[in-house]
Amino acid sequence: MAKTISPSDSRGRVKPLRKRSRELPWPANLYQTAVGKKYIMALTGIGILGFVLVHMIGNLHIYQSPLEVNDYGEALRDLGGNLIPRTLLLWVFRVGLIGMFILHIHSAWSLNRMSEASNEKYQSKRDYIAANFASRTMRWTGPIILLYLFFHLADLTWGWWLGDTYIRGDVYHNVAESMSSIPVALIYIVANVALAVHIYHGAWSLFQSLGINNPRYNAARRGFATGLAGIILLGNLSFPIMVQAGVISEDNRTTPPAGSVTSGALAPLSQSTVLEVGS
Amino acid sequence: MSNNLNFKLRIWRQDGPDAPGSFLDVEANNISEEASFLEMLDVVNENLLENDIEPINFPHDCREGICGTCGVMVNGQAHGPEKATATCQLHMRKFNDGDEITIEPWRAKSFPVIKDLVVDRSPLDRIIEAGGYISVPTGTPQDANATLIPKEVAETSMDAAACIGCGACVAACPNSAAQLFTSAKLHHLNVLPQGQPERWKRTEAMVETMEEYFGTCTNHGECHEACPKEISLDFIAFMNRDYVKAKIKNRSLASQAK
Repeated sequence: MAKTISPSDSRGRVKPLRKRSRELPWPANLYQTAVGKKYIMALTGIGILGFVLVHMIGNLHIYQSPLEVNDYGEALRDLGGNLIPRTLLLWVFRVGLIGMFILHIHSAWSLNRMSEASNEKYQSKRDYIAANFASRTMRWTGPIILLYLFFHLADLTWGWWLGDTYIRGDVYHNVAESMSSIPVALIYIVANVALAVHIYHGAWSLFQSLGINNPRYNAARRGFATGLAGIILLGNLSFPIMVQAGVISEDNRTTPPAGSVTSGALAPLSQSTVLEVGS
Repeated sequence: MSNNLNFKLRIWRQDGPDAPGSFLDVEANNISEEASFLEMLDVVNENLLENDIEPINFPHDCREGICGTCGVMVNGQAHGPEKATATCQLHMRKFNDGDEITIEPWRAKSFPVIKDLVVDRSPLDRIIEAGGYISVPTGTPQDANATLIPKEVAETSMDAAACIGCGACVAACPNSAAQLFTSAKLHHLNVLPQGQPERWKRTEAMVETMEEYFGTCTNHGECHEACPKEISLDFIAFMNRDYVKAKIKNRSLASQAK
């Protein structure tokens, strides 16, 4: 061990930067420490990652037909079938996701604060060897994704700026209308690149945070994270690009938009769901 | 006869913990390419003394890469550009004639500068103290083969024990986290049978002491690159796993005397 050199004058010991707070009962005590917070960050990251992947794959229905993707949207609301009230299970997922987002963001925010309080800036230029662009920009890509999340909800779930052109329940129509504007398509492209960069580091880092480490599989972790980020990037980028390219377009559409139909024209949807596509 | 090299040094000078510091430009001329980095500083200090300038304080002890006392930032890299090399083992032949070399002390809030390039790394000692003791049978030595340890376990424990506690991991970390140091010290004992009785108590205490002084891990991997002993990032994963386990196990042990 290194011989530590401490000044012998009255300054004495180096003071701790922070005091330990009174320990809460398990499992809340895990969230009191940085290692525990990273654990929670990794777990919630897995949850959100699962959502992002399923969301991307589900959206690929748009390439089947307008009917299929609208059907898929309906099916999500009907999760659980007739056993439970309509949209209940969807709301359970939504509340769970919101909870995971809050924990993920809060842990990131407080860990970042802790690191900044511990860090002393170098006066000369640092030369980083291992830290890559993705790992060093986690605290920037994160907020970009959060802003994008609100933008995306306002755009396609709440229809804030599509106004009268927004048709609730007609996924195909809304996507085609929204992303046909070049600035909107650009926002989607930039945000999804940020998301992929975030995943590129996060999906690797979570193994370390959770302590999942086996020399036999460690080499695969980098490939896993790169592959996952790549797949999600490709899938998500395809939507704004294909709308701009005219592949997803109202002109190509053979079935009428959901809102213009009074009854029965969209065969797979029941009449009631077409007329009042609630929540 | 070896070639002699000339360098332009920018060295951090700071009179005391509270004094403002700044870079001093010094020329290091006629340095043997076989000189180590610290020997080069010795030559510079000789010249400074001849000119009635106070020599540069820098930490050093064994000069053979095993004590962990030396360590400065060389051109923005902890222990300089050579991989798996402490500053004392870094040789000037790794630099080019005429190079400008910037030398700065380790920087972290919990590593206050004492003077020039010397920092107070005693928070690392606080982490070791928090680890406490291990229970070993005393008295007549037992047979060496009485406690069987699989070869792989002995090796991974030895890999962790190679940590010399120089603090390069903290210095290299953009978050000033001491995860690599703490995890190496934990892993060293946590995998061995001799370390089992106090394993969970030790893990909890050392991690929580670490967090009183240092930042948090973002898994950049800079610490591993800076480490003169190539301590693996895998130990950080093991520490994270053991810490969460400790939080569960210590609860069930709580009814017993602490």
